[in-house]
Amino acid sequence: MEKKRVVVIGGGIAGIQASLDLADRGYEVHIVEKSPSIGGHMAQLDKTFPTNDCSMCILSPKMISCADHANVVLHTYSELESVEGSFPDFKVTIREKARFIDTDRCTACGDCIAKCPVKVPSEFEEGLSKRKAVYLPFPQAVPRKVTIDKKHCRMLTQEKCGVCKKACQAGAVDFEQEDAIIELRASVIVLATGFDLMDAAAMPQYGYGICKDVVTSLQLERLLSASGPSNGHLRRPSDDKEPRNLGFIQCVGSRDSKARNYCSSVCCMYATKESILAREHAPDVEIAIFYMDMRATGKGFQEFVSRARDIYGVRYVRSRPAKIQPANGDSGVLMSYETRGAAGESKTEEFDLIVLCPALTPSTNNTDLAEKLDVELDGEGFFRTPDIAHPVDTTGKGILVCGFASGPIDIPDSVSQASAVAARAAELISGGER
Amino acid sequence: MLRIGVFVCHCGHNIASAVDVDEVVEFARKLPGVVYAGQNLYSCSQEGLGSIKKSIEDNDLNRVVVAACTPRTHEPLFRRACEQAGINKYLFEFVNIREHCSWIHAKEPEAATGKAKKLVAMGVAKASLLEPQEEGESAVIPRAVVIGAGISGLAAAASLLDQGIETHIIESKNCVGGLLREVAVIGPEDIDSRNLINSLEKRLTSSPKAHLHLNSRVKEVKGFVGNFEVTIAKGDEDITVQAGAIIVATGTREFQPAGEYGFDEYPAVITQLELERRLAKSDFAASRMAIINCAGSRQPGREYCSRVCCNASLKNALRILDKNPDAQVTILHRDIMSCGAAAEELYRRASERGVRFVRYGLEKRPQVHAKENGVVLEAFDETLDETIDLDLDLLILATPLVPPEDSVETGKHLKVPRDKYGFFLEAHVKLRPVEFATDGVFVCGSARWPVSARECIWQGQAAAAKASIPISEGKVRIEAITAEVDPDRCAACGNCVLACPYEAIEIVEHLDTMAAKVNEAQCKGCGTCVAACHNDAIQQKGFSSRQLGAMIDALIRTATEGTQ
Repeated sequence: MEKKRVVVIGGGIAGIQASLDLADRGYEVHIVEKSPSIGGHMAQLDKTFPTNDCSMCILSPKMISCADHANVVLHTYSELESVEGSFPDFKVTIREKARFIDTDRCTACGDCIAKCPVKVPSEFEEGLSKRKAVYLPFPQAVPRKVTIDKKHCRMLTQEKCGVCKKACQAGAVDFEQEDAIIELRASVIVLATGFDLMDAAAMPQYGYGICKDVVTSLQLERLLSASGPSNGHLRRPSDDKEPRNLGFIQCVGSRDSKARNYCSSVCCMYATKESILAREHAPDVEIAIFYMDMRATGKGFQEFVSRARDIYGVRYVRSRPAKIQPANGDSGVLMSYETRGAAGESKTEEFDLIVLCPALTPSTNNTDLAEKLDVELDGEGFFRTPDIAHPVDTTGKGILVCGFASGPIDIPDSVSQASAVAARAAELISGGER
Repeated sequence: MLRIGVFVCHCGHNIASAVDVDEVVEFARKLPGVVYAGQNLYSCSQEGLGSIKKSIEDNDLNRVVVAACTPRTHEPLFRRACEQAGINKYLFEFVNIREHCSWIHAKEPEAATGKAKKLVAMGVAKASLLEPQEEGESAVIPRAVVIGAGISGLAAAASLLDQGIETHIIESKNCVGGLLREVAVIGPEDIDSRNLINSLEKRLTSSPKAHLHLNSRVKEVKGFVGNFEVTIAKGDEDITVQAGAIIVATGTREFQPAGEYGFDEYPAVITQLELERRLAKSDFAASRMAIINCAGSRQPGREYCSRVCCNASLKNALRILDKNPDAQVTILHRDIMSCGAAAEELYRRASERGVRFVRYGLEKRPQVHAKENGVVLEAFDETLDETIDLDLDLLILATPLVPPEDSVETGKHLKVPRDKYGFFLEAHVKLRPVEFATDGVFVCGSARWPVSARECIWQGQAAAAKASIPISEGKVRIEAITAEVDPDRCAACGNCVLACPYEAIEIVEHLDTMAAKVNEAQCKGCGTCVAACHNDAIQQKGFSSRQLGAMIDALIRTATEGTQ
């Protein structure tokens, strides 16, 4: 009997877990991931709360299992082109974008990368360091194949250069390569498109893009990572010095009627985690977290916050800062905020480094996908899951959702939703209750 | 002829920042039996694994030692690489130089490097004596058992049944629905809980493969993944069910706050579930009410946040206002935990509808005073920085959810761990939320941690997905690293039988006498019986006395002869 097929859109932790469970369950799974490697945002994280497990160390085995699993087919650097038909017989067209690399030949030896003269900000490092126009997004990338970025490659934009082709002893560089179109039929489609970080520069009061020493939490994650741009040393961008103090601002663009109404669910905890890590990397740094409500609702979370406060000396300040501006000179920032209580007063405090925790927003691709698949989004752009009895069902039959694409949730909830997707797909394919 | 290959990992800076990888490689190259020693930036990356496989072929290796991180996450990966390159995967030995060297001795690079060399020498010594092992296979009984018929258990069972899997559901009460029966409306979307329970129950009753055991409890569990035997006590009768997988969905209960905020003392002080019961009736009359959140939680002794209470308080405040638009409702809280989109919207709606929010602190907790037909609540409002008095008809305590009394027993029957509060402890808090470390046993819903009805349902489905994997495959692999008895040395004293935590050993007839025998399918390879045996009659495959002795010899030799 031919295996039933499931297409999973998005190769972050939710998509990976759904794929592995579906594959173990005996289905043939096709993962469609828009970037050159699976792994998603979890691959960028240094550690995970509340146990401070190394993120890549627990994710990497799962990524490799996807690559190795007999029932999983990876389509990275790919997009969903179109979908026709309906459950249980979708006709799915996938566009595998040209990498300009023969992936059968590429060994990711790095010779081409060493020779490439073009440097552009690295997406994986959140712009804190540069990558080349031919690149491997990160060392543990799956598949481990380089990609030529056609927007920045001199050969592809100006038809001069080609040093990577000369450097490649495997003969893998192919400037003539075209996008590949793959058509397949599937019984079920899974949406696991994850989140984007809201552009903090859209809220000028927080100083992002104005003060050098205002960074996002994802940038700090990279700064804290041993394999990140500063080799895990806590440094501020303006002068590369270790900051003496560090301020976190919660709910930047979340719980804000001018931006996003919702709570992003994970920021309180990751700020707490990053505080603990920053103190471990730089024991003298003083840390304050400016918050509205400290939301610690998961297993071991409240204890984690207590640990940060009592053992690591993190100062939790209930206040929503009003303005951040440059301090004297190029370095440091001045932050204005109100203190609480009847004796509340305006205060201005100087920080060496400010970390913004911006709203996590639904992937911008959701709109396009919702249209192609004829499913509904909610007012915020998450896929709607109206039936509580079937919490991973979208409004389209046979189209399921897991992870942040369904709403703001953390990694364990994304993982359990992903497994729920596998069960639901099996229910639908087995012809059980619909 | 031994041909050992040693691969030392940098793990980026994780290892190389403290351990001198070049030095360890040079050292390893000179060890007896080693024909190849090399290094990888990330051994677990595709490139790293590829280079190990290539090296196995190029150098005709027959033993592999990787010095890197932890076998817990990475051993299967390297074993698989060995297998793919044609070596029995049990001829692989893992040495942990990250946790045991570079991390713990991060500030002492010389000592970390010296220790890494000693560990590598020990690993190589053991690898020299490794023998190939074969994994067995065992058939899986195509049937599941779900313990608990609350919302999580119902969701798990319904999913299994819809996947065509025969399922026994064990419920201690005389009806299904669990704690959710006491909640009329599920927030934030105001869903009728009875409809939801009924719809799930219908999926059970309409299936010929469902066996619902009400007024029943688990009496005994024997066996292992694919082959469990669950004894169910149903009244005076015992029923035995054979099953391939078990799902724990034993739920939770509301904490009764004896002695807190005048509970037990004043009739006007009730818990949130009691409020739910009263709200479900048509004659709900109170008009001045306050809800105290975190009553009995987030404080010394019970430090955790119970996750669902804030949203329940918000939902109930709005329901009170729906019934009586003139009611005055105050929520006393320490932080409002309305995570996500729908819950935050609920919080916003409650604020707009005039629910008063008062933030209190643990230092100045609200005090309850007697009053005719109610209570007076004296509270210090942290935002206003002043004390306020609230004249109340009803004071509601939002108390945490706590594990049911019988969870101790359930844990013992299934040999699965619980955390310090008594909730079941999953295999990995981040990436294995519905699995236990014990194969074939899964957990979902508030048995693991307090969660909303919606979360209970998807976790139930998730546990069903995990349980369905071995059942649909029809077989499970049996661990090769098990204990083995030499019956000629065995005195049949029974020490090992007592020591075994998995009940995998029994005394059987052997020739004309008696001897211990290990059931390999049940043995987890923990080694406890090996240590308990006085006669040296039990050996653990892959960890024999000879192998361990060789490791100790290598350590002593390295320590006395130096590591250069």
